[in-house]
Amino acid sequence: MDEVRQARINRLKWHCRRALLELDLVFDRFWERYEGSLDEQGEAALEGLLELEDHDLWALVSGRETAADPKQAAMIERLREVSPAANF
Amino acid sequence: MNYTVRKFDAVIVGAGGAGLRAAIQLSEAGYKTAVLTKVFPTRSHTVAAQGGVAASLGNSEEDHWHWHMYDTVKGSDWLGDQDAIEFMCRKANECVVELEHYGMPFDRLDNGKIYQRPFGGHMSNFGEKPVRRSCAAADRTGHAMLHAMYQRNVKVNTQFFVEWQALDLVRDADGDVLGVTAMDMETGEIVVFHAKATIFATGGAGRIYYSSTNAFINTGDGVGMAARAGIPLEDMEFWQFHPTGVAGAGVLITEGVRGEGGILRNSAGERFMERYAPNAKDLASRDVVSRAMTTEINEGRGCGPNKDFVLLDITHLPPETIMKRLPGIHEIGIQFAGVDCLKEPLPVVPTCHYQMGGIPTNYSGQVVVPKGGNHSEPVQGFYAAGECACASVHGANRLGTNSLLDLLVFGKSAGETAVNDLRNNVKAHKPLATDSIERTLARVDRLNNQKDGADVHETRLAMQRTMQKHAGVFRFKDMLAEGVTRINEIAGQVAQTQIKDKSKVFNTARIEALELDNLIEVAKATIVSANARTESRGAHVRDDAVDTPETPDGRDDKNWLKHTLWYRDGNRLDYKPVQMKPMTVDTIELKKRAY
Repeated sequence: MDEVRQARINRLKWHCRRALLELDLVFDRFWERYEGSLDEQGEAALEGLLELEDHDLWALVSGRETAADPKQAAMIERLREVSPAANF
Repeated sequence: MNYTVRKFDAVIVGAGGAGLRAAIQLSEAGYKTAVLTKVFPTRSHTVAAQGGVAASLGNSEEDHWHWHMYDTVKGSDWLGDQDAIEFMCRKANECVVELEHYGMPFDRLDNGKIYQRPFGGHMSNFGEKPVRRSCAAADRTGHAMLHAMYQRNVKVNTQFFVEWQALDLVRDADGDVLGVTAMDMETGEIVVFHAKATIFATGGAGRIYYSSTNAFINTGDGVGMAARAGIPLEDMEFWQFHPTGVAGAGVLITEGVRGEGGILRNSAGERFMERYAPNAKDLASRDVVSRAMTTEINEGRGCGPNKDFVLLDITHLPPETIMKRLPGIHEIGIQFAGVDCLKEPLPVVPTCHYQMGGIPTNYSGQVVVPKGGNHSEPVQGFYAAGECACASVHGANRLGTNSLLDLLVFGKSAGETAVNDLRNNVKAHKPLATDSIERTLARVDRLNNQKDGADVHETRLAMQRTMQKHAGVFRFKDMLAEGVTRINEIAGQVAQTQIKDKSKVFNTARIEALELDNLIEVAKATIVSANARTESRGAHVRDDAVDTPETPDGRDDKNWLKHTLWYRDGNRLDYKPVQMKPMTVDTIELKKRAY
């Protein structure tokens, strides 16, 4: 991976440090699985989601709310798939 | 390694509730104020606080700050300083009303006043009956609070440095604090923030434990920095544990689940709380339930392949009740335990929740240390507030809704004191102490160049598991002593951590290694202090502290009614008296803590 892209991924990873433990745990698993395979479209969708407030983001990840944007909805699905419970 | 210097009147580390509140005070007074924060301010862990903020406004029924003070002293198991507790409870109304004026969307009564609800441990008339004292904004109190205060800071031109990692205090030969060194995560650049006032508001270090409700950012950065700079840490043996965190994840399951009829069971399916608390059963107080759960696990009646959790069973409740009254719990069970709690019980363990101890301060927010016969001499230029500080208002055990109050009152107080000092005592910047900066640069350099060193993730995990096993919710003499040895060994590994990624831009490996440097100081302080305190008090409960008429429930006021001070240098302990004399009212005299 080139340096610029690695820097972008590193920045995204830091932005996944959240105020709520629930989200930290989900993102931890997400990066374990997707760090090597996240494409630019995925990056953009994730970037958009990370702009949300933590409670709103958790409402999407926990399925209480639905994302309007289809790309973001697809990313939410990936986040739900990697929830720690999936590997329990 | 190079560094640049930037000058401010004040630098605040941390942009959660306490940091934002302190910053308002300084910026409003016209002082050039920098706030450094690892994450965007409204993503600080204050967001997770849902319960509300305590204030004896008396909007729904009669209330008084003196009653609130009594509850807080009793809750602290008499380890809280009564002057600081009086100060906090008297200031509560003013701070809540100010917050309302900043735009905080509190829930309201029909008459427009702030709605208040009851909360555990808060009583009227000196412990008589529950009182409605908690002010909340739906279930997003902490979040709404941060937003209101962040907006206020923007208005008064506070300068935010977002995604900066503070590294160390700058302290000169006189012991005065002259600012902090910090790293810009985006570039890896190191900057010295040279300031006349330095305020730490960095939150707690709940991540020292394996099972913690705290977000990953809670790595005790300010506490670790203070310890490295020679400041003692106060009462670090006292950590509040919540009985029901999801096993292996830590995510909190609210007490409301047991309130709705949830039952705790061991591996035999037995409702074990009937043996420990025949009347209250599963609804006994947090510490009683946590201890009972730990006893079940320690005696081999835990569940799962490692017999290391118990079960919280709500399968007997009607699904519609669960979905209506506890909707979030169903989702948490699925997401973090792989369990549909309508059909199967949830795996739970007592989980670290809140740090009662911290950097010692007085009620003015000044950091205080023993010096020349005075046990609380202010360190010039250094202040602290919120969970990283120990004022001490929570003593051995914190009451719910007093944490948001703590950060408002002492954030404001630290800011006010700094403003007064800037006006009256500190006119100019003292010359920078370069040797203190060099030590920090050497620490970062060591990390960058370490070869054949310890893995950060594995070392952190070893520390967390050791703390959980040896200094958890229920403590045993031999386990504590072994734990001290083990944590000291792990500290040796932390001093030799290695990172493979040497890049400069958002190098999360480096950040995590630097965070571990702070966590390990907190872990050492906790286990060494806990090992030495041979009584039970509040959240510190030892198996070998016997219940006698002189030491009810193992609490030994004759020998242990005192604050612990742990020094990093030589893992040394010292003690100082508890301030039993309030500011204006009579002392709340010692008695057994019973509810």
